[in-house]
Formats: sequence, structure tokens, C-alpha cells
Amino acid sequence: MASKGICDRVAIVGMGCTKFGEHWNRSASDLLVDAVQEAYGSAGIEPDNVDAYWLGTTGSGISGLTLSEPLKIQYKPVTRLENMCATGSEAIRNAAYAVASGAYDLVMAVGVEKLKDSGFSGLTGSAPPGDGTESGMTAPANFSLLAPAYAEKYGVDLETMRDVLTKIAYKNHYNGARNEKAQFQREVPVEKINASPKVAGMLGIMDCSGVSDGSAAAVICRAEDAHKYNDNPIFIKALSFVAGPSEGAKRQDYDFTTFPEVVESARDAYVQAGIEDPREQISMAEVHDCFTPTELVLMEDLGFSPRGQAWKDTMDGRFDLDGDQPVNPDGGLKSFGHPIGASGLRMMYEMWLQLRGEAGERQIADPKVGLTHNLGGAPGRCVSFVSVVGL
Amino acid sequence: MSGIVRYGSYVPFNRIQRSAIGAGRGERAAASYDEDSASMAVEAAREALRELPEGAAVDTVAFASTSAPYSEKLNAATLQAATNLPKSVTALDLGGSTRSGLSALLAGIDMASAGRTVLVAASDVVVGAPSGPRESGGGDAAAAFVLGGNGTEPIARLIGRASCTEEVLDVWKSPGMPFAKQWEERFGADVYTPLLVETFGRALADAGVSASDLSRVVLDGTNARVFRGFPRPAGIAPEQILDGLAGTVGRAGSAHAGLVLASALDGAAAGDRIAVAVVADGVDVAVFEVTDAIDGGRPKHSVASWVESKRNDLAYTTYLKWREVLPFEPPRRPDPDRPAAPPMQRAERWKFGFLGSRCNRCGNTNLPPQRVCVVCQAVDDSTVEPYADGECRISTYTLDRLAYSLQPPVIGAVVDFDKGGRMLCQLTDVDPDNVGIGDELEMTFRRLYTAGGVHNYFWKARPKR
Repeated sequence: MASKGICDRVAIVGMGCTKFGEHWNRSASDLLVDAVQEAYGSAGIEPDNVDAYWLGTTGSGISGLTLSEPLKIQYKPVTRLENMCATGSEAIRNAAYAVASGAYDLVMAVGVEKLKDSGFSGLTGSAPPGDGTESGMTAPANFSLLAPAYAEKYGVDLETMRDVLTKIAYKNHYNGARNEKAQFQREVPVEKINASPKVAGMLGIMDCSGVSDGSAAAVICRAEDAHKYNDNPIFIKALSFVAGPSEGAKRQDYDFTTFPEVVESARDAYVQAGIEDPREQISMAEVHDCFTPTELVLMEDLGFSPRGQAWKDTMDGRFDLDGDQPVNPDGGLKSFGHPIGASGLRMMYEMWLQLRGEAGERQIADPKVGLTHNLGGAPGRCVSFVSVVGL
Repeated sequence: MSGIVRYGSYVPFNRIQRSAIGAGRGERAAASYDEDSASMAVEAAREALRELPEGAAVDTVAFASTSAPYSEKLNAATLQAATNLPKSVTALDLGGSTRSGLSALLAGIDMASAGRTVLVAASDVVVGAPSGPRESGGGDAAAAFVLGGNGTEPIARLIGRASCTEEVLDVWKSPGMPFAKQWEERFGADVYTPLLVETFGRALADAGVSASDLSRVVLDGTNARVFRGFPRPAGIAPEQILDGLAGTVGRAGSAHAGLVLASALDGAAAGDRIAVAVVADGVDVAVFEVTDAIDGGRPKHSVASWVESKRNDLAYTTYLKWREVLPFEPPRRPDPDRPAAPPMQRAERWKFGFLGSRCNRCGNTNLPPQRVCVVCQAVDDSTVEPYADGECRISTYTLDRLAYSLQPPVIGAVVDFDKGGRMLCQLTDVDPDNVGIGDELEMTFRRLYTAGGVHNYFWKARPKR
């Protein structure tokens, strides 16, 4: 069985996105008000027009009240959902399927995360009461396993591997420097990336995505209604989501050079969207570059590069803003920042800008088809989301 | 006749140089940040239980320590669970004096004579006040013995014993005191030496042997000065007295006599007679005769091999941090969660016993045990697969400088077992600069952390020792 998809049946007709970063003076509620108000304005609608809401957040609130209370939403359905770092994308997927079903005509997908109030480094989570036998490893440690495994499998020496990871960080900061909403809006010299303090394995601070606060929102309706709200809507071609059985953490044949969950979600999405050659047909992508080696592996799992070749494509500039297949043109998690629940919607926001020709200095020439990819978990044990959107 | 059926010892990997403390020569063993007296007792007990002879089924577990991790909650239960002994065991904790290790051994032999088979594990983490003699002279270690009576063939029979109890203020520690205190040594020596001579004589008489019949004499006590005046009146020659490991391990509290006895057994031959004396709050003396079974009854690790396997450059400040004597800047990460009682109860066979599952349909092994097989998805169709002694190696690893630990970086490794199965676990007793893919590992029972007063025990992997 595969998903049948809703290719070209659902459209996005408005979006909003706050600046991501350390918003010491803004609460999660403030960020939600900002993003949702911008999205209302973008679609030219009033709150009354929206039939239902999906709110993605991993830890900045529980229940739909997290959204309905600050916005004073008048007695409407608000679903709060969580799917690790793919939470924001899940809000889009569930909202899109709701309008496709005909249950509602106009809905909103919203994501938010307020990470900087905790006072801790990196991400913190609240796990259910447990037996204390979990490994206790942090996200950078889990993802750091990718780099040496990839290097060994494809015969890339570790010095070159370092250059590849640095190139990814450099590229995403280069893009983020051209984005007024990004957390980090400055290019970072290669030497600084190489010399950043080590966090886990080969990974330094500059290999890690930005911990930040932010919110983003999308207004979604059926395709036939799209032009009621917006002259330049974008259309959903595919939405795919996979939760893996956690094989890699338990089976010795998993080698940490791929995410089987990503491979499957990409395959499913390409079937839905009718994509046969993603390397040629996908104009641009926003992918889950939580750590630099993640982006490297994703290029192969998503079919942008043949196996063992993504490091060369990366070094050759294929994924640069002016390359053949720009990846993370908005700066990605690395430079735009990663407020968990908002990130999937932030990726879609860049598709919205690029497809409508509104990306300013970052504008990619005439993009037709964009992809967003969102991942939650760790190598061997994760969830993966892929969307394809276009005009 | 009752006696020792099997024995095992454990000396932790780390040593601190006494010169680093500013206190004399040699080094002392230091439990790692993830060890306590219960986890070290498990390591020694695993050695003693590894190859039990026919007919020796342990039905009693005793844990002796002056540094028990819990003052209320049975520490012997941790020992039972981590060694997969049956729940039908009688279990008891002993303590109160460093003599409790040998007292427990003697009590265990009494129980063996009454038909029981007894695991006795003595273990101590000795923490002295900084700069004091207990800090530099103490050590951390564990010893374990399986004691049996009729129907088991001991490697060493108890042939004589004597005890003496003395109400004396020598070493004391009241609840709330961070460190034990000791009265002036000259006083203790004057009180104890005559008691030792007298009790030792009674033990030899009980055994029907003379001092010159002893191959080895193990002398242990809170006060080394006691032993100066002992050999001559007791008729013991200096060469009969076994090295007390003072220069390499330090005095490991209630575990120490057992540890030195284990080293005696490591080198013993059939017919050897070994006397063990512990002087603390009185005296216990036991006289053993080694049997022909000794050659097939030694553990995998000798005391000497534990002593040789070490890293001996532990910084004093690190040691003080591990023992929670020195406050330190915590990482900018949340404190670990207190493990919860019901999940620990449900996962007991995994968390303590380190038992995985093997699928009856496809043979795949699952760690932790899974109801649904990760390979063939068979449901509720598996058998228990033990892993604590499983050979394993590093598939890949990383240094995690962000994770919460008393000894960063955490080394996280993907560990593959030769018999199948994979788990992500922390490495311990390892030099971060000297780790490699393919390195052979063995599993070790550790205290991962303590939260809300709850000690979180689980298994880690370490390079083979």
C-alpha cells in the first residue's frame, strides 16, 4: 500500500513567518500572534474565515489552547500535534488532508517553538517517566555518527570530509546572510567553521543548527478555491510521512550512511507528485540540515545525488544558491535557526517566497518545483517528512 | 565440611597517585564516577558466579559494606537482580564496621553448614576527609564468595575460626557526618594487639594447626599499627604475611580482607592453609585449607590482573568531584530525570539482568527485548537471551561533549554483539584518545547517575580488562 496523495488538490494561499532567533522579549504566544496575523494578511482573510487550525509544537504548550488563547480564536477546532523535529510539517500535512477531505474549506497550519527560555544548551525534552536505560546521548552526538561512517564507506579521507561539512555550513550561512528573517545573518569564514569548538565527534558548534525561537503559519484551502484568496497560490504535489521501526538502532546491518525513513518518504512523495528524476525535476529544496552531515546524507537519500557522490556535488557547488539545484536557499536550520515546531512551516515559507518570486536577493531563477524535507529523531530511529510543491 | 566454592574480586580501573594528594608513596584504587559499592559488588559477584560447580545453586545473598548506596532499600536486591539469581533467595545487607566483610563470610559459611548456598559480596568506596590518612590510605574494591556445604566441593574449607568483640571508640561515623573519624592510632594499637594475638591463637587451636603450618596470613584492620606487635607473639614469620595491597589498591574497607584472601587463593596450591584476620571493633579470624578443587575454581580475573589493568593519572580534583566532595560547575544541560519505579520494575530483567530476547521464528536477537521482532515482526514469540557476558565490539562511536556527565565527554558507542544484537550504549573506563572501531568490549554494571536520591543502575561497555 502506498499513499494516494492529493496532488494539485490543495493550495497554500497565505503564509507568515517571524524572524527566528533569541526573542528574549517575546513569548511563544507573542510569536504565534505575529506569525498568524501575518498569514491572515498574506491571504487577505479575517479570523472568521478559518474553519480549523493545526498547531505544531514539541514543548512550548500543550493542547489547542496554546493557539486559541493568545489569538482569541472563537470556538473553533484547534489540534495541537507533535512529531519530533518534523512537527511543523505534520501540521501542514494534517491541515491539507482536512481540506482535501471536504470537512473544512479554509484551514491554518501553525508552528511555534520557544527554546531560549530554558537556559540550557541544545535541545531539551521532557520524556515520559522511564526506566533510566536510554543512552543519554545528545542530538549532535547521534548525528555525528554519520560523518565517519560516510567517509569510510565512500573512501573520503577525514580531511576532505571536514571540508565537505564546512562547505555545507558555509553555504547555508551564505544564504542566511541574505535573509532578513534568519537567526544568523552573516557569512561565516571557512576558518571559523573549521575551528569552532567541538560538540560531538567531528562536529563543532558551527556544524549545528541554531537553537532559536520562532513561529510560522500557512493558510490552506482546496485548489479550486485558491484564487479566491490569492492571485499567486502554490500547490501541494505530494505530502509523505514515515515513522521507522527503529531498525538501525537494533540491527547490525545498518551502517549510518543513510536514513531508510527518508528514502521511503521520498519515494512515496515522488510517486504522488509524478517525479521520476528528482535530480533534474526538483528546482530547489529546503532540507533538514540539523547538523552538517545530515544534509550530506539527505542529498543521496532524496535522490539529488547518486550514492557516494553527494560530497562531490556539494564541493562542486551543485547545491549553492547559484548552483543547479539550490538547497536551503533561506539558510536552512543552520542559519535560519531551528525552533522545532516552526521549522517545517519555515521551509514551506521559503518555497512560498521562491515560487512566487518574492525571495529578493536569494531569488532562484524561475523555480518550478520545490521540495521540503523534515526529519525527527536520530540516524537509525527517526521520522521523515517530504513535501513537493509547485505552481 | 563447608567452605568457599568460588570467589571473585574487582578493583576499579582508576588509580590516584598518593603524590597527587600530597600523601606518601604508591597509589590507591578509585571507583569511577559511575560506580558505587553495589555496582562493584556486582562485578565481583559475576566473577564468582560465572562457572558454578554442579550442585551449587545460590539461595542466599549477603551484601556487606560501610558505604551502601542506600541506607534504606535492600542493596542485596540490586545484587540479586543484576546477577540474575532467583527471586527465592534470602537476601540481607550487612555493615556498620569494616569487619562486616569477614563476618559476613563466616556467617555465610555457617549458613552453608545449615544447607544453604550463599553469595557474600563485600564492597566499599572509602571516602576520607581531604588530606587525611583515610583518604590516601583507603581504596575502593570488592570481593565475592560463594559458600557451600555438603554436596558442593569447596576450593577452600574453613577449618578453624575465632571471634572477639570489643566496645571501643576506634573508627566511627554517625548519620550526617560526611567522613568517618578515628581515635589516635596508638590507643587502638594498645587495645587491639593483645586481642588479635589471643583470638588468632584460639582460631589456630580450633583448626588444630600451628602458626608455622600456615602458608599465608592475611592481616587487615582499621589501624596498621596493630600489626607491628603481632607476628612475634603469634609465632608468625614476616614471609608468611601476604602483601596487603596498600601500595596498589589501598585499604578497601569491608571488602579488603576478602580482596587479599582472593589474591591468596589466586596463588594457592592444594593443601595450603590460609589464615585471615580482621581487626575492627574486635577481631575475626578464619583459617582455610585449600583443596584439590582450587585449580578448576579460579575466576577469570585474578586480583593481580585487576591491579595491573588501570589508568593511574586521575587528577585529585577529578577524584574529589567524583566523590561529591568538591562542588563543581554543572553542564548547561538539564539534570537527568529520576528513573520511575514502575518502568524500572517492568524492565528489571533488561535493566539489571541485561537479558535480551531471541526470536523463535527467525533467530534474530533483540536488545532490549522486543515483543515484536525487529526483523520478522513475529509477535510475542521469543526466548530470553543473556547478554552480560556477551562478546561485543565497537561498530562506531562518538564523543559527546554536550551530554550530562561527571566525566565528559560521554563516549557513545554503537555496540554489536558477536551473538547478534546491537545497542547504543556508553563506554566507561576508557581513554577518549584511544578508542577505535572494532575494539573488543565487555559489559559492566554501573550507576549511570543519581537523581532525586534514586540510583540509576544500568550497563555500560568497557574495553576488555
